[in-house]
Amino acid sequence: MIQSAYIHIPFCEHICHYCDFNKVFLQGQPVDEYLKMMKKEMQLQVKTYPSAPELETIFVGGGTPTSLNETQLQYLCDSISETFTLKKDGEYTFEANPGELSREKLEILYQSGVNRLSFGVQSFTDDLLKRIGRTHRAADVYETIEKAQSVGFTNISIDLIYGLPGQTMEDFTDTLDKALALDLPHYSSYSLIVEPKTVFYNLMQKGKLHLPPQDTEANMYEKLMETMEKHNLHQYEISNFARTGFESRHNLTYWNNEEYYGIGAGAHGYTGGKRIANHGPVKKYMNPLQADELPVLETHVVPLNEKMEEEMFLGLRKTAGVSMQHFKDKFFVEMTEVFAKPIEEQTRHGLLVQENDFIRLTEKGKLLGNEVFQAFLNG
Amino acid sequence: MNREEKLARQSRIRNFSIIAHIDHGKSTLADRILEKTNALAQREMKSQLLDSMDLERERGITIKLNAVQLKYKAKDGEEYTFHLIDTPGHVDFTYEVSRSLAACEGAVLVVDAAQGIEAQTLANVYLALDNNLEIIPVINKIDLPSAEPERVRQEIEDVIGLDASEAVLASAKAGIGIEEILEQVVDLVPAPQGDPDAPLKALIFDSVYDAYRGVVAYIRVFDGTIKPGDKIKMMATGKEFEVIEIGAMTPKVELRDELTVGDVGFLTGAIKNVGDTRVGDTITGAKNSATEALPGYRRLNPMVYCGLYPIDASKFNDLRDALEKLELNDAALQFEAESSQALGFGFRCGFLGLLHMEIVQERIEREFNIDLITTAPSVIYDVILTDGTELKVDNPANMPESQKIERVEEPYVKATMMAPNEFVGTIMELGQKKRGNFVNMEYMDENRVSIVYEIPLSEIVYDFFDQLKSNTRGYASFDYELIGYRPSKLVKMDILLNSETVDALSFIVHTDFSYERGKLIVEKLKKLIPRQQFEVPIQAAIGQKIVARSSISAMRKNVLAKCYGGDISRKRKLLEKQKAGKKRMKQVGSVEVPQEAFMAVLKMDDTTPKK
Repeated sequence: MIQSAYIHIPFCEHICHYCDFNKVFLQGQPVDEYLKMMKKEMQLQVKTYPSAPELETIFVGGGTPTSLNETQLQYLCDSISETFTLKKDGEYTFEANPGELSREKLEILYQSGVNRLSFGVQSFTDDLLKRIGRTHRAADVYETIEKAQSVGFTNISIDLIYGLPGQTMEDFTDTLDKALALDLPHYSSYSLIVEPKTVFYNLMQKGKLHLPPQDTEANMYEKLMETMEKHNLHQYEISNFARTGFESRHNLTYWNNEEYYGIGAGAHGYTGGKRIANHGPVKKYMNPLQADELPVLETHVVPLNEKMEEEMFLGLRKTAGVSMQHFKDKFFVEMTEVFAKPIEEQTRHGLLVQENDFIRLTEKGKLLGNEVFQAFLNG
Repeated sequence: MNREEKLARQSRIRNFSIIAHIDHGKSTLADRILEKTNALAQREMKSQLLDSMDLERERGITIKLNAVQLKYKAKDGEEYTFHLIDTPGHVDFTYEVSRSLAACEGAVLVVDAAQGIEAQTLANVYLALDNNLEIIPVINKIDLPSAEPERVRQEIEDVIGLDASEAVLASAKAGIGIEEILEQVVDLVPAPQGDPDAPLKALIFDSVYDAYRGVVAYIRVFDGTIKPGDKIKMMATGKEFEVIEIGAMTPKVELRDELTVGDVGFLTGAIKNVGDTRVGDTITGAKNSATEALPGYRRLNPMVYCGLYPIDASKFNDLRDALEKLELNDAALQFEAESSQALGFGFRCGFLGLLHMEIVQERIEREFNIDLITTAPSVIYDVILTDGTELKVDNPANMPESQKIERVEEPYVKATMMAPNEFVGTIMELGQKKRGNFVNMEYMDENRVSIVYEIPLSEIVYDFFDQLKSNTRGYASFDYELIGYRPSKLVKMDILLNSETVDALSFIVHTDFSYERGKLIVEKLKKLIPRQQFEVPIQAAIGQKIVARSSISAMRKNVLAKCYGGDISRKRKLLEKQKAGKKRMKQVGSVEVPQEAFMAVLKMDDTTPKK
């Protein structure tokens, strides 16, 4: 039974230089039609893949969900609540851009049961924000968060990026300090990965992108972990920090290798034992829905061995690691039997450790996670 | 045919090659000649038809020769039989060139009207003169704006000493002068001499392996007649076979009843190995044998050796199969199994030169799908030990300890370089740097000089040609021939990764350059080997003495700390890609070393890397 849903809004007012998510410029897009089709997709999906009576989590991301106008936002929230029932203590997150959230929009969200906001802050250095193509400035962050809190939101998270071109250790420390001063219950901090089809990628091809060297990036990550720890924000996943009880349950769905709906253009779902990718371009996404068909681009039936691999390379991202008992309950085989070699090898390298029922990354392992994850892949 | 008919036909045979520097238009001229003699309908014309292998076509060079029989109706009203024999265009294949020239009575010398004579041209002209060939000079590409036919005409006279007053001014590309060339072939190239009734003497100038027919030997008959069913003998190897098919290429394969004096064609005879039909060998009758073989046969010996190892150790047998298949077609390729502590099981292979080596490597990777690690090429060193024994060392890893060595001798070549005179200084500097001894310098005309150096072959193998090309902005041309062994102050340099000697990275170096090269290689490896989970010291050592060191710092961070949303497949793909990248590396001790690192000893810029 599926207990989580991800819903994708691919529209943006501006495109950031590093973003390779499925997105388009908002202007001139058939947004109303899109929302209508997405409502249809939700209903079709629930019919095809039965949902639990009540969902644990809903996450609306993008793109920029808050680029929708008030009417559209209301329509979206109504579609969601007409299709899904959220548990009483369920988690309902909206991604938002600082500076793009009016009080009206915040009210709509709050009234619709949204109880968690995740802001794409990225940095408190205005210069850097400009350089990475963000339109908001540090001042907007304070204003928007204050507004959100005054409407009644308490569970607020912000995203920060490190390893940006031209970013120094001082820039990042300063950003961390300012972020923590907000005293929020949750922070995510990702390292910049330059992906194809982004402005940064093109610059890099031309030799015009100057990223901090690996050592600086490693120092930033260590600084991040150390600072968060000091502020009682425990690291529950490689890039995520929270006060106890405020861990993002939606993201944990991914790391726990559980199923979820993926709804919207370019969204990815894990339903009925299949990893499913939707068509990305808005028109291509809407066409099949007009004929009452799911807008599926790719389906991959996950075989048992891959399921077990994923249990490991996703689960090991969590600080807690992977439970051996849970593994056995799920797959009817011992983890230490299936993965004897990588566990032994990575333990010997000092990257993995076994503690009680759990296998988890060591401190060193957190920095070299990919080395460990790869070892669990066959072939 | 009776004797008179044979002799009459013989008098109207003309056998010739085209010799030219690479890019001077040999293949295009061959195409035009084929067109002009109607050997092919237009629609059958594939540009540059004589280059048959894909690889040749891609690289624009000819590695396997071909011979075509053509009919030409001359202005004197007679119909002549032409055999156009193609020659490979690279210094690695000098011997094969000389044998195919030996099958001819004449050669068309193509010189680029803008660039003039190049080292390669000259080397081949000398080969042709050695074989007593009549040379027909052709000045090609006269339609180029930069063409200077008169200067080039003078150069041909001054440098080669040929009468170039009748040289044809041509443009193979534009089809200018082709008929004139063919008429000169009729008039100037002598008809074959020889007796159709004498014991058989036929020269093998090439052989290829065909999966259905076995070895196909390309031959030129000098005396006697050969027919299917004849028992023949290879004079050098003593092997006997029965002729199954004979024929000629027009360029389509056409079977014939016999080949006689002056004919150029092919024969098959259930021959399984090209090693039995060695280029340069003479075929004679098994019973009615000739007393003397044709002159000039020599067994081809490899000049350059390297180790070939499969990246995936389980592909060792596949690699052996691949080498065996290539050997069927390539009598010059030698290999024997060897093992390396660092690389496991592989083969030490001998090649005629660097190009030959690259071609073989590429064919193995491309046609047989085996990823290879190639160790840096080495020449054969003569090592005289203190106890008087002599060793031939073709693998630096096998060089004995220095205390046991009385002296080491290395092969030297005579290198001829030609370039505009503004580069004299540059070339001499390079010659000096490459441990060369200056021999001679000559002005070919006011602007161009020819410089001769004696240089160790190992320096040529190292990066001499690349350096020459880049230092002279591509203007210099270059040719070399082996002149023998000379004593040198050579030492073995070992490379240690994480304090372990990696035998596959050892190389031989002159004492005077050892520090410099040690430093270079260490820095180069530092760049090529990715960061590992621990710090990896790199050292260059002569015996126990460390001459250079550096280290690769430990990998600090490799973790996907990115928000991928729910796109797990993407995450998996990324991990799989990283893992596949690792698989292409060789695990040496505890260090993962990429393919390129093993060639680093060879390909490094002679500038100190900037930190």
